Amino acid sequence: MILPDPKTVGPISRTDIVRYQGASGDFNPVHHDEEFARTAGLPAPLGVGMLHAGMMTAWATDHFGPERVRLVGVRWKKPVWPGDTLVISGEVVDENHEQFTIAIRAVNQDDVLVAEGWTTFVT
Amino acid sequence: MVDKSCVGAEGTPFEMAVEAGKIHEFARAVGAEHKDHKGRNPVIPPTFLTTQFFWEERVEGANPWHLVQMSQERGMHAEQEYIFFGPPPRAGTRLYCSSRIEKVTEKEGRRGGTLVFVKMITEFRDEAGELVAEAHMTGVEATQVPT
Repeated sequence: MILPDPKTVGPISRTDIVRYQGASGDFNPVHHDEEFARTAGLPAPLGVGMLHAGMMTAWATDHFGPERVRLVGVRWKKPVWPGDTLVISGEVVDENHEQFTIAIRAVNQDDVLVAEGWTTFVT
Repeated sequence: MVDKSCVGAEGTPFEMAVEAGKIHEFARAVGAEHKDHKGRNPVIPPTFLTTQFFWEERVEGANPWHLVQMSQERGMHAEQEYIFFGPPPRAGTRLYCSSRIEKVTEKEGRRGGTLVFVKMITEFRDEAGELVAEAHMTGVEATQVPT
């Protein structure tokens, strides 16, 4: 199984965050309201985990086709902030004649793992 | 703080219409560029099912997550999975959905204190009642680190 090249996304802007929040329906102000975020003890509005989860998934489905996907998952490890640039890459961790599974990583500009994902496709 | 008695709570069933314009908007927002997300009859990007909340919040009692009472300050989204039992749905599909609180588990945190994990499962069925997909959402709340 040949995987796509790693993909660089970002810098993730406030506009990217607001666009995703509108599209997804998650209007948690911690992701766009400066004052709310600071009151919650954060240095700035926090990135949206489901946004980079979607980007990680798209890296795989753009290559193998969204019709073939049967499982996607993500576990968040570290926060993402506006201005961060992520590199998405992966490796095949399981493969048989019916399906294959890719482990996906997203690391930030400091090479910190921010999220790990997994995606299974039927062959 | 998490109310552990929420386990087993089931939300009122709700319906979700899978719409082309919403798929286009969502695909653009996550940078999903496959041709199958475009046109009149697009397939969803897998994480599109998170838009369930647009529909779920319109129906009184549909979202049992409100019963969890996870702290806004110490709670966060830890893990998310979508399972598809066939090809992901396309625009024009009507999904019949219901959410339930599946389990609450505790784990010792690495820096002391306790982590409380809560998993909610949402089932998405087609008009024939066949299971199309499941969303597994896990939230985590950290208790105060003991001093």
